[in-house]
Amino acid sequence: MPGPVKLSCRNLWKVYGPDPARFFVGTNDAPDALAQKMRTGGHMPAAIDVGFDVHVGETFVIMGLSGSGKSTVVRCLSRLIEPDHGQVLLDGQDLLAKSDRELIEIRRHKMGMVFQNFGLLPHLNVIENISFPLRLQGLSAEKQRARAAHVIELVGLTGREHSYPSQLSGGQQQRVGIARSLAVEPELWLLDEPFSALDPLIRRQMQDEFLRIQRVLKKSIVFITHDFLEALRIADRMAIMRDGRIVQIGTPEELILNPVDDYVAQFTGEVPRIKILRAHQCVVAMPGRPDGLPQVAPDDRIEGLLPKLAASPAGLDVLGPSGVYLGTVTAASLVETLGRAESAHPSQVAHG
Amino acid sequence: MAEPSKAQTSDRKSLLIWILVLLSVLVLAQWQSSLPDLKSYPAAWTLPATDWLNTGMDWVVGAFKPVFRALSAVMEYPLFWVSGFLGWLPWSVGTVIAVIIGYRAGAWPLAAFTGGSILYILLMGLWPDTMNSLALVAVSVPLAVLLGFGLGVAGYYSPRVERFLTPVMDITQTVPAFAYLLPILILFGFGPVVGLIAGIIFAFPPMVKNTIIGLRDVPSDIIESGLMSGATKGQLFFLVRARAGLRQILLGVNQTTMAALNMIIVASIIGGSEDIGWRVLSTLRKAEFGESLVAGIVIALMAMVLDRITYGLATRAPDMSPQQGFFGRHQFGLTVMGAAALTYLAALGLPDLQTWPDDWTVDPAGGLNFGIEVFVLWAKPVLDSVKNFIIFTLVLPLKIGLVNVVGPYTWGFTATVWHAVGYAALVAAGSGLAFWRGRRGQAITIVSFGLIMFFGLTNLTWPGASLLLIWFGFRSGGARLAFWTLAALVFILSTGSYDKAILSVQLCGLAVAASFLIGTGLGIAAAQSDPFSRILRPINDTLQTMPVFVLLIPVIMIFKIGEFSALLAIIAYAVVAPIRYTEYGLRNVSKDVIEAATSMGATRSQLLWRVKVPLAMPNIMLGLNQAIMFGISMLVVTALVGTDELGQIIYIGLSKGNFGIGFVAGMAMAVIALLADQYCRAWQKRIDAKLKGARP
Repeated sequence: MPGPVKLSCRNLWKVYGPDPARFFVGTNDAPDALAQKMRTGGHMPAAIDVGFDVHVGETFVIMGLSGSGKSTVVRCLSRLIEPDHGQVLLDGQDLLAKSDRELIEIRRHKMGMVFQNFGLLPHLNVIENISFPLRLQGLSAEKQRARAAHVIELVGLTGREHSYPSQLSGGQQQRVGIARSLAVEPELWLLDEPFSALDPLIRRQMQDEFLRIQRVLKKSIVFITHDFLEALRIADRMAIMRDGRIVQIGTPEELILNPVDDYVAQFTGEVPRIKILRAHQCVVAMPGRPDGLPQVAPDDRIEGLLPKLAASPAGLDVLGPSGVYLGTVTAASLVETLGRAESAHPSQVAHG
Repeated sequence: MAEPSKAQTSDRKSLLIWILVLLSVLVLAQWQSSLPDLKSYPAAWTLPATDWLNTGMDWVVGAFKPVFRALSAVMEYPLFWVSGFLGWLPWSVGTVIAVIIGYRAGAWPLAAFTGGSILYILLMGLWPDTMNSLALVAVSVPLAVLLGFGLGVAGYYSPRVERFLTPVMDITQTVPAFAYLLPILILFGFGPVVGLIAGIIFAFPPMVKNTIIGLRDVPSDIIESGLMSGATKGQLFFLVRARAGLRQILLGVNQTTMAALNMIIVASIIGGSEDIGWRVLSTLRKAEFGESLVAGIVIALMAMVLDRITYGLATRAPDMSPQQGFFGRHQFGLTVMGAAALTYLAALGLPDLQTWPDDWTVDPAGGLNFGIEVFVLWAKPVLDSVKNFIIFTLVLPLKIGLVNVVGPYTWGFTATVWHAVGYAALVAAGSGLAFWRGRRGQAITIVSFGLIMFFGLTNLTWPGASLLLIWFGFRSGGARLAFWTLAALVFILSTGSYDKAILSVQLCGLAVAASFLIGTGLGIAAAQSDPFSRILRPINDTLQTMPVFVLLIPVIMIFKIGEFSALLAIIAYAVVAPIRYTEYGLRNVSKDVIEAATSMGATRSQLLWRVKVPLAMPNIMLGLNQAIMFGISMLVVTALVGTDELGQIIYIGLSKGNFGIGFVAGMAMAVIALLADQYCRAWQKRIDAKLKGARP
């Protein structure tokens, strides 16, 4: 079950234009109506009434195409961009109310961020880049070195300490970016399309690396991507953004099984259901079943159940955490669930 | 269908106006003798701007002299110490330091070039003069860099400051150098400080521009990563933004150094400093060409060494090998200090290492003079016929018109009415042919040039020339450019500068046209052939880094004083920009387009003329624009070889200490330069619009 809330983003707005503030005075309009009013008034709302919670240790992914406002949102969370309205609560404290001084302290100790194009300083070598935030804090050279060595090992860059960014591949450069963001031991980790600039094979490798690091560190994470499959691999929960609004929030399974509209269904439609559905989602109650059926856990993906089902055509028992019988997966129940899930496919949705 | 007919009527209307304008130019030029006020602007209508300026300057001097003189004294202080130090520095120590810095900036080749250049300076016995010039550079460059960096930072943070700085910098770089030497001379008094201040004023703009670009172009990811690392404002600026933009900022230092050196050399015209520029100038005036060539080469070498070293240091890659500890970190500084100290100790024992002994010097000047004389005598028939051909067919007709030039002495026959009729028929036929082929612009150009060459620029009459220019401005850049043309004409006419300005336009126009044609041709050749490009590049670099004075020397040696020498010197200086821009433009045409054209079966020459050249046109035009700017700045310097135009007036103003005269002429020249720039931009806009597809 989710832990306490680490970061909470409530009714967040970012509006570009000459005078965004006037739209928020004494308005009772619904967000969409207000956004429309802004557009006709010569303003560009980039983030519209965005709200979500990130729990401690959770990886929260914001997925959207370019121009959907996802990068604006992550920058509002760290106040690289000043939001025009709303709240960002980190451990219950409103970040938007912090002074510049306090904000610098929070960035120095509580936040780390990874950028799409790495943002490395070209004149510093790997170890100097990684210890740069520590140097800004005025830490002693020894402490800098010790912490930098720790994260360098964590991201697997040992041996490249004295290379310069121009001597590294894209994947290695992003490892430096990741190490730098972790050097301050942040509680909240922001990643803005960290792997989008990398080749597909390297991207996949870096995603595995990221999951490995997260298993060790258990940070609270906001991860931005435009790649739906990447979101699925990484997310505990995810939000889909479109035109500045969050369209849907949920676990990957929830999104796939119950897309709120055609837009979300377009993304989910491409995903093979068999990789997503879990055992507990395709059970049927089978009172007269034979004894001694093989047992599986409710969270097992059905992809992995297929060989077992082939070996035991009568079915597989799904047992809950304390051994409670939840139901049985049979060939028929599996096919039926898959069929139901496929009906959420956009082509079928389109035909009604 | 309504659109094209509307366009057609407006086309017809503009053609009609063209014909009217050209007709009135013709009429005015033909009947000017009956109305003397037409040819030159009547003196009674001019404003006594010169007197006002002199009065104003007198007042400023009276009121602020102590301030400026105090400033001058303050500036003299560092100069005194630096030149004292460089004067004291044993040549051996200076050489060792310079060679090590050369190695740092460009490895062995640059170290060797630096060493060789210094050896030449020593052999010629010009070490002290060089050190005096270097002292001026060493004091003015840091000041210009500080000033430029400060203003650049201010301009980066405040768009309002940038908007204010841009025109100021344009003016400091377009007003001819000589023109602001004079007010500086008057305000700060005679002496080397004038060169120092002129150098700073002339040299700070590139620093400002590069600082702004460097700070602005840092990728946002880097800035954001700095912010997220918890940088304070100060840390963000010094450790992130300025540091990431450092390479660009250092390129500004390189350009500033070169500008300062150039100005310092020009400023030596004032005299009073025993520097290398003065050595060139004084020998040039005494027609000791060998001596001035020897010293001129020193300037060229000094410029090249300073350029390569500052450029090398700016673009140097960081040390890739890990450096540990105090010695590792300060290896370079320690090496320089150690080597300098050792050499100094050696020099203490060996006096020959302190002052370069006289009997180690050589003096090739005498031999050179003899050689030059022999060469000129030998080549005289060829050189003279080339010179006369160009003067009689281009220079003079453009100035006073074929109608006045053609005669038995120049063309070998006496002009009759029938010659004029034949000429008119030729022009009409050429323009008719162009018109028939649908090239209206070309037809108009042929008629205009036919007219100008027949009567000469000086005989176009000021109302005629004004009419032509204003209409041309309107056609090129609309009402805005017509207005600026009018404003420029009002300034030039009302200050009584028109007659000299026309001569400036004649000389500079011819030189620029020639350098544009030659330069574009060479640029095309260089873009087509890699070996040719490799040969051309160092020549371009040399021509462009060389202080402008130096270019005068070989020209005068061979062609003596006169307009023709000025023409050649301007061409040599202005030709580089069109070469570079043309080559760059042609080489940067998109690969896709070239592959597409090749796959369609375009031959090499079709590829060049039908695809590459049209697509490179914006860059080629930029080359023309730069050639005009370079030409105008060189024009003033050529006053030294005896021209008769605005540059000469500035020079006279400078030598007589008449602020008003020199300043008015300088402003007139700047006005011409800025106007030419506007025309170029207008044409460029049209070409861009054509390439991008004109929108309805």
